[in-house]
Amino acid sequence: MFLRYRIIIIVLITLFAVYNICIYSTKESSTFIKLSSQAVSGQQLWQENNCWSCHQIYGLGGYLGPDLTNVISHPSKGSQYVKAFLNSGIKSMPKFNFSEEEKNAIVSYLKHIDSTGYYPNYNAVFKPTGWVELKYKYNDRNEK
Amino acid sequence: MIEMKNKTPLLFIIAALLALLLGVFFGLFASLQYIIPDFLKEYIPFHKMRPFHVTTVISWIILCVTGSIYFFITHIEKLSLYSKKLSKLHFVVFIITAIGIYVSFLSGKMEGREYLSYTPILTIPILFGWILFGVNYYKTIAKNVKNWSVYYWMWATGIVFMIYHLCEAHFWLIPGFRERFITDMAVQWKSYGSFVGSWNMLVYGTAIYLMSKIKRDSNLAHGKMVFFFYFLGLTNLMFGWAHHTYIIPMQPWIRYVAYGVSMTEWIVLGHIIYSWIKSLSIKDKQEYCMVYRFLKAADFWVFINIILALLFSIPAINFFTHGTHITVAHSMGTTIGINTTILMASVFFIVQKILPSFKTTTLFIKRSYYLFNIMLFLFFCTLLYAGVIKSNWMYFTKDIHFSEMQDSLFTTYIAFFVFGLGLAISITTLSLTLFKALFKVLKSN
Repeated sequence: MFLRYRIIIIVLITLFAVYNICIYSTKESSTFIKLSSQAVSGQQLWQENNCWSCHQIYGLGGYLGPDLTNVISHPSKGSQYVKAFLNSGIKSMPKFNFSEEEKNAIVSYLKHIDSTGYYPNYNAVFKPTGWVELKYKYNDRNEK
Repeated sequence: MIEMKNKTPLLFIIAALLALLLGVFFGLFASLQYIIPDFLKEYIPFHKMRPFHVTTVISWIILCVTGSIYFFITHIEKLSLYSKKLSKLHFVVFIITAIGIYVSFLSGKMEGREYLSYTPILTIPILFGWILFGVNYYKTIAKNVKNWSVYYWMWATGIVFMIYHLCEAHFWLIPGFRERFITDMAVQWKSYGSFVGSWNMLVYGTAIYLMSKIKRDSNLAHGKMVFFFYFLGLTNLMFGWAHHTYIIPMQPWIRYVAYGVSMTEWIVLGHIIYSWIKSLSIKDKQEYCMVYRFLKAADFWVFINIILALLFSIPAINFFTHGTHITVAHSMGTTIGINTTILMASVFFIVQKILPSFKTTTLFIKRSYYLFNIMLFLFFCTLLYAGVIKSNWMYFTKDIHFSEMQDSLFTTYIAFFVFGLGLAISITTLSLTLFKALFKVLKSN
């Protein structure tokens, strides 16, 4: 019995290894865009200042502030809107003393995130099986 | 009172209880900032308070389960530990790292990500501690135990996967990797999902260990069925994480796999209902009254949480619950309802073993136990309600600002704080009682 359990573990670990390699190496889309060095700096600032404590990206993060996935492309928001909040703070959000360069880096990071997809995904299609077909932004770009 | 030559397991548990108390109070202060946004804003705003809370409560789970495993294998199973020095070193490494993490938070050096927000260099000693634990555990068990019970397997796999997923959670440090935003985000949440799965392996292994000891039935940890559930749990740990990331625009095949694997948990749910009904006729074991009560409470929370998890593993439901407080309700139900109740059972079991004169059936302890469960249930329901309001705002309302939706939840957040306070009081009374007993043993040894 002990040997049988060992074999099951080995099979599972082998499958897990193959699965991980596929996940790490798979391309998210045919037209995926890499983070620029400015966006990477923005990401670093995002982490150093724990922006994720309150804000979400694709619904993942904190609950005190709004989700920022599509804040840049939102018709009534955008880059200046983000910078204004960074300058002034609001309620629990403190005022951050970022330089213009740092604010541009954060905006650049958010711009990149915005280009990767939609959240909430209002145009997703529901299937009778319980599956949801997401609307992909890169498909929209390709169609255009 | 038994004489303890190696007190390291107790030190782990005392440190764990301290972390629990601290973590709960950090959580209370953070929840207060939902009601009074300016509260402590100048000194420790929410975005700095939250990492204190999250890291400290994770430490409670890790330290308590580690101390429990060391205690069970050395003091109950009477196995000779491969190296006592390694276990002491393990404790020292974890405590120094914990101090390092607090220093990192206080000095504002938080370059990490959610749940692991401390400066990433501190992951090295944490990994080192886990490797020490793994070596010590494996050498001890492999040498002394022939036919491994399921809990030995669970603890072993929990340690191995903890090391792996801790590494995986830091793949973002590789420059080429972090540039691929979607893959990076998917892997980050993959690692977190499996990281929780890994500590669940350790905690659930502890629950099975306690059940087999209370019932004095070793078959409980050896049967084919129990191994079937172990492998099912392991499969979910490895492949079932992606229901956290259904909404991220990654390749659909990853989501298909996760959907399929997650649905296998219906089998677990069916089994829980079956065993629960079967066990109704079993009378409380008076000898381990509080251990038994906490395990029963864990049973209830497993039942509630698995229903919730299964529901939002269905993409059509996940679509509406994702990004709302319903996800928080699930994580609170898991970490407090399941993990903390099992670990409380474990600490009560250990205290009763080392200090048989310790009375666990006092009215004070019983009241604290009931307060804990009632408050947690209300806390859980409040989060579900807040989640429904947020989901409704996201998908069924237009032109209402986020702040207006948050303001409409003001009363709900007050309830959230009040139930959190009740929870904190019950956890404090239980922990202090256990503290007293553990210190008594430490002092007299």
